[in-house]
Amino acid sequence: MDLAYTPRQKAFREEVRAWLAANLPRESLASYDTREGFEQHREWERKLFDARLSMVIWPEALGGRGCDLIEWLIFEEEYYGAGAPMRVNQNGQLLLGPTLIEFGTEAQKARFLPRMASSEDMWAQGWSEPNAGSDMAAITSKAILSADGSHYVVNGQKTWSTRASFADWLFGLFRSDPGSSRHHGLSYLAVPLDAPGVTIRPIQALNGKQAFAEIFFDDVKVPVENRIGDEGQGWHVAMATAGFERGLLLRSPARFQYTARKLVELYKAHREVADRDPSIRDAVIEAWTGTEAYALSAYHTVGRLAKGARIGAEASTNKIYWSELDLKMHETAMRILGPFAELTGDAPEAVEAARWLDGFLFAQAGPIYAGTNEIQRNIIAERMLGLPK
Amino acid sequence: MDFTFTDDQLAFREAVSRFLMTEAAPEMLREIWDTDIGRSPELRKSLAEQGLTALSVPENCCGLGMDDVAWALMTQELGYYAIPDSLADVAYVAAGLITALPAGTAEREAWLVRIAEGSIRIAVGHPVNPLVADANPADLLLLAHGDEVHAVPRAQVEIEANASIDLSRRLARVRWTPATASLIADGEAGRALWAQTLNRGALSTAGQLLGLAQRMLDLSVDYVAQRKQFGKPIGSFQAVKHHLADVATKIEFAKPVLYRAAYALAHGEAGADARVSHAKLACGEAAWLAARHGIQVHGAMGYTWEVDLQMFMKRAWALDASWGDRGFHKSRVADAILVEGAALGPGHTFEE
Repeated sequence: MDLAYTPRQKAFREEVRAWLAANLPRESLASYDTREGFEQHREWERKLFDARLSMVIWPEALGGRGCDLIEWLIFEEEYYGAGAPMRVNQNGQLLLGPTLIEFGTEAQKARFLPRMASSEDMWAQGWSEPNAGSDMAAITSKAILSADGSHYVVNGQKTWSTRASFADWLFGLFRSDPGSSRHHGLSYLAVPLDAPGVTIRPIQALNGKQAFAEIFFDDVKVPVENRIGDEGQGWHVAMATAGFERGLLLRSPARFQYTARKLVELYKAHREVADRDPSIRDAVIEAWTGTEAYALSAYHTVGRLAKGARIGAEASTNKIYWSELDLKMHETAMRILGPFAELTGDAPEAVEAARWLDGFLFAQAGPIYAGTNEIQRNIIAERMLGLPK
Repeated sequence: MDFTFTDDQLAFREAVSRFLMTEAAPEMLREIWDTDIGRSPELRKSLAEQGLTALSVPENCCGLGMDDVAWALMTQELGYYAIPDSLADVAYVAAGLITALPAGTAEREAWLVRIAEGSIRIAVGHPVNPLVADANPADLLLLAHGDEVHAVPRAQVEIEANASIDLSRRLARVRWTPATASLIADGEAGRALWAQTLNRGALSTAGQLLGLAQRMLDLSVDYVAQRKQFGKPIGSFQAVKHHLADVATKIEFAKPVLYRAAYALAHGEAGADARVSHAKLACGEAAWLAARHGIQVHGAMGYTWEVDLQMFMKRAWALDASWGDRGFHKSRVADAILVEGAALGPGHTFEE
């Protein structure tokens, strides 16, 4: 155990810090759940990419920088610590990206990854269907291979697809063997959202914005080279993606540590009012202890990975942990803000309250997306503790 | 940056675990509970033979000179087996205090050698603990009088036993009269010794609580996998699964906090107080949740003397407030993070 950063790691931190100080947008970007905000974020992502700071852990040839996981954590600490914008293309970059690196052909990696790193291509997920959420093996959308084997014909519907209203591509699971059931006979496809036969219907989220959409496929032709992994092996590939989602990469600790820091500041600024409820101070202390524990766990895991360990079902504890922590912190902020907590962004007296409200609304979804926390608890019990099904 | 243990450290833990599995099996705990002194000279002898009493004694005093990080692993095993012995208090907490005395202090070397060979029991009466654990069987007591540190032979103190729900804890009110003859440190030096001793005591307790949490989880998992109701093992029911998954999650996120605190202590970091308090809080919460959900999934059996769960549960309840209760440790964390200019947020997990 040696908890000192190496000179190389320190230099990298300095470089990222200096670049962010010089390049961070002066005004906060508009919400990426609006067309305008989406394009602002695309521009910011392009800037990061040009500085080779978009996907720091990817190999250089694929638009990354070849950093190790400790350097990635350092990048995230500097990025979120500086209050930089949330990453708009995280579905692609953090979920499909690692999946392609593990399962994609060389041609697919070269075709998709650099454009994903620069956000020229923005990606949406296509997993859930109206009757296949937590029970994902129940999906019915079909992708039938054409007689000449050149393309799939896709029919069906996906839903709860985050940022699909504006995205360019979708990745997800489709039933390619019509006689199959459950997790057999599924294939993992990348589908361009501008293809003929694709219809997108935005769904308004709690905040009234187009945070997600449902997508209808009507005889959509998808070239066979857009299949990731083998025909019928989609479930296997998808499980790897789900692992990335629940595991480390989707939610780096820095993002929550930043929230905890802001919460401590908020509490201090409103302490006289907040202390009328003694449990608020407790919750503020827990924001620090909770996010710090999450960061420590990430470093511990990264150290174990560097020594050749693999993360197993304990990744599911991550998902429960950060989603509940995030919710708790935002609830605490709402309680501190009291009667101002309900104000939205256009209210003249909202000031910082509106940002907390946005975060609060988003945090409500944490225990639901990426596999509900109830499902995660089942996974922990069955696969980590070995309890019977 | 490497936040993992070496293969040697992990192998050491494994060896201690295998040793305690046979030497401190639950049947033996029950036997020792029934004795008057609540301590087994045979167990102490075999702990010493394994070199466990010598762990943190400096090498020039017949010890192994291991640091707090090694103890973070070791104390988890002591908790996991709920050993009915004050090994950690003597070989880690008291040994640390005595080691920190200036070289040349009368009897310093002699005490350390005796700790290493396992021939002395030392009880530590830190002001944060109103009652002194293991005062009765101790040969020597390290006691506080303000900032002063006194080393007082057992014969010179009056002891009133206070029974605990955990029958392997032997607590006592200690009455004594400070005298020049027993004074071994005072003033700034004494204050520093008590401060460091508190951190060691709290870290040691945190490690034990984490080990206890893991043991209660393991016992509960075994129980619910076997116990059948409605024709199925109760461990197949979602409500039962979710209780235990929550315990596993608490444990998972308490572990690295304990390790970080041990490192901070071993390296004398400025923020060590808050790190140790964080560990004590996180491990205490994990142990209490493991006890609460453990008894629930054991059903009425969990409320009996018969099942082993009770021994670990009672230890967890007791240790949670030992070496500083939650209020004490929460205040120390608050002092560190609510102060002006506190180094908080991303990038401060390892750099101060």
